[in-house]
Amino acid sequence: MAENKKQVLVTADHLQVYFKGKEKRSGVVKAVDDVSFDIYRGETFGVVGESGCGKSTLGRALIRLIPPTGGRVILDGTDITNMKGAELRKMRGKAQIIFQDPSACLNPRRNIRQILMEPFEIHRLQKEMDVNARIEELLRLVGMDTYVLSRYPHELSGGQKQRIGIARALALNPSLIICDEAVSALDVSVQAQVLNLLQDLKGKLGLTYFFISHNLNVVYQVSDRVAVMYLGKVAEIAAYDRLYEKRYHPYTEALLSAIPQVGESGQGTRIRLEGEVPSPSNPPSGCRFHTRCPKACDRCGRDEPVLKEIEPGHFVACHLYDTEKA
Amino acid sequence: MLLSIKKMFKSNHLFTVGVIICLAWILAAIFAPLIAPYDPIEQDLTVKLQAPTMAHLFGTDKFGRDIFSRVLYGARYSLLAGCLTVVIAGVIGTFYGAIAGYVGGWVDNVMMRFSEMILSFPSLVLAMIINAVMGSNLFNTMFALVIVSWPTYARLMRSVVLSVKENEYVTASEAMGATNSRILIREIIPNSISSVIIMATTDIGNKILMFSTLSFLGLGSAPPTPEWGMMVSEGVDNFNKFWIAGFPGLAIFTMSIGANFIGDGLRDLLDPKLRTQF
Repeated sequence: MAENKKQVLVTADHLQVYFKGKEKRSGVVKAVDDVSFDIYRGETFGVVGESGCGKSTLGRALIRLIPPTGGRVILDGTDITNMKGAELRKMRGKAQIIFQDPSACLNPRRNIRQILMEPFEIHRLQKEMDVNARIEELLRLVGMDTYVLSRYPHELSGGQKQRIGIARALALNPSLIICDEAVSALDVSVQAQVLNLLQDLKGKLGLTYFFISHNLNVVYQVSDRVAVMYLGKVAEIAAYDRLYEKRYHPYTEALLSAIPQVGESGQGTRIRLEGEVPSPSNPPSGCRFHTRCPKACDRCGRDEPVLKEIEPGHFVACHLYDTEKA
Repeated sequence: MLLSIKKMFKSNHLFTVGVIICLAWILAAIFAPLIAPYDPIEQDLTVKLQAPTMAHLFGTDKFGRDIFSRVLYGARYSLLAGCLTVVIAGVIGTFYGAIAGYVGGWVDNVMMRFSEMILSFPSLVLAMIINAVMGSNLFNTMFALVIVSWPTYARLMRSVVLSVKENEYVTASEAMGATNSRILIREIIPNSISSVIIMATTDIGNKILMFSTLSFLGLGSAPPTPEWGMMVSEGVDNFNKFWIAGFPGLAIFTMSIGANFIGDGLRDLLDPKLRTQF
């Protein structure tokens, strides 16, 4: 990480993704609500949070797989929020996604060669380049042999399938890759291999990852910065080593205390949160976390806290620190 | 693919049987004039209602026509009527249903309500109306049958597509920048087509029968035409003479079961997971 020369690759600017329910009375689900952040070129931006907090929706909105209902997404200097048709399809090459379930992300009716050929067919690159050579190169990059080309997805193991998924994502030389729980469905040993592969590729190809996971250890292992999400909002963003030392938001504290510790119990005891996560279609007023927050005060129920930089590079959305500073 | 077809013949005996049956009927249809011992239409009242003998393998009907010859010639009409209507209705239904299911929203609503409108008519009555309006001949009857049968395929296809389109490989394709038509043709239809194939092959027999019903009602093929379904209905007059309805009925039965076996095999052949198990 070159700390001194950070170049912004992606900007999320007050991004909103609301889903309308089918029936009128079911209201609007605020999956991602007013989220802003920058992702720098070459970093791994981790996102953690409970299931249903909007991590995946956020990731998909960043690359326009889900249309944002408000705010803007700027990728590599271009506003992609309202792109349409051919322009949008051309942009797709710049940002790719790796999925959670390796067996669902490959078309079972096509063999690996056909699957890897797809990005080139879509962007009509067969004439411009030697696609077969490129496919072999991609396979080498993800550490696989060319004999798999004639195989079908069901003949490969989970780890192999995930490697093919990665190779396909790399095909068009993207600058951003969304890893949507990319290793969660894999065995622990394979998980480590795939994570190492992702790290290698990042170094070799200068990739930027938006790394979504519910697995805190995995996020810690790969991320340069981590965003903690709760109910569609970002609670805290900080460099991962910072976050390990000092976390400000009570939710982050509770979340991180859930990481099992080996050996010394010096890290403090586990904070147990009371109650269930409220429904995103009817989130609590004020700070969304105040219903479960051990440190909640009156103000938390009334005003919504804003994400503020309380230390360089460390953003927190919590009234506790707002008042301290004021 | 060619190799797996070979393997398929070796291991999937039902498929082989199906291919043989259908091939036999197709050959019978093509070479009917060479094989048939008698003219299928010419009447010979001196030999009417005879039980099967060496001279008349399948016996004769009430006009003394040779049923064996009529069955052979009948293959021409019935195969055409059965297979062609099913293929056309299947293709229309597949695309219609796939588009409705994939696009969703109001498009889906409008498209499906329209197809249900057709389904809500009793299909036979609708086919009769179409036929009556357009004039009755072989092609108009087939057209009518296509009109009444494609919505069933469309509905089936739509319901399968609704679940298939949620797969991540569809999202992956979209993320790579694929157009909707490419996603539909490359990702969605190949993964949803198998149930339509199964339904289509079982439907061939149905369509032959429906065709004959129309013929019986005076629409479709006119009486002297040796058409299987119509021959079966002619047997109604002489219940105690089993061969009059029995042999054409057997022809319909073997044809549809042969098509069914092929459909089963085809589904396995199209699925890479099953293909390798042979």
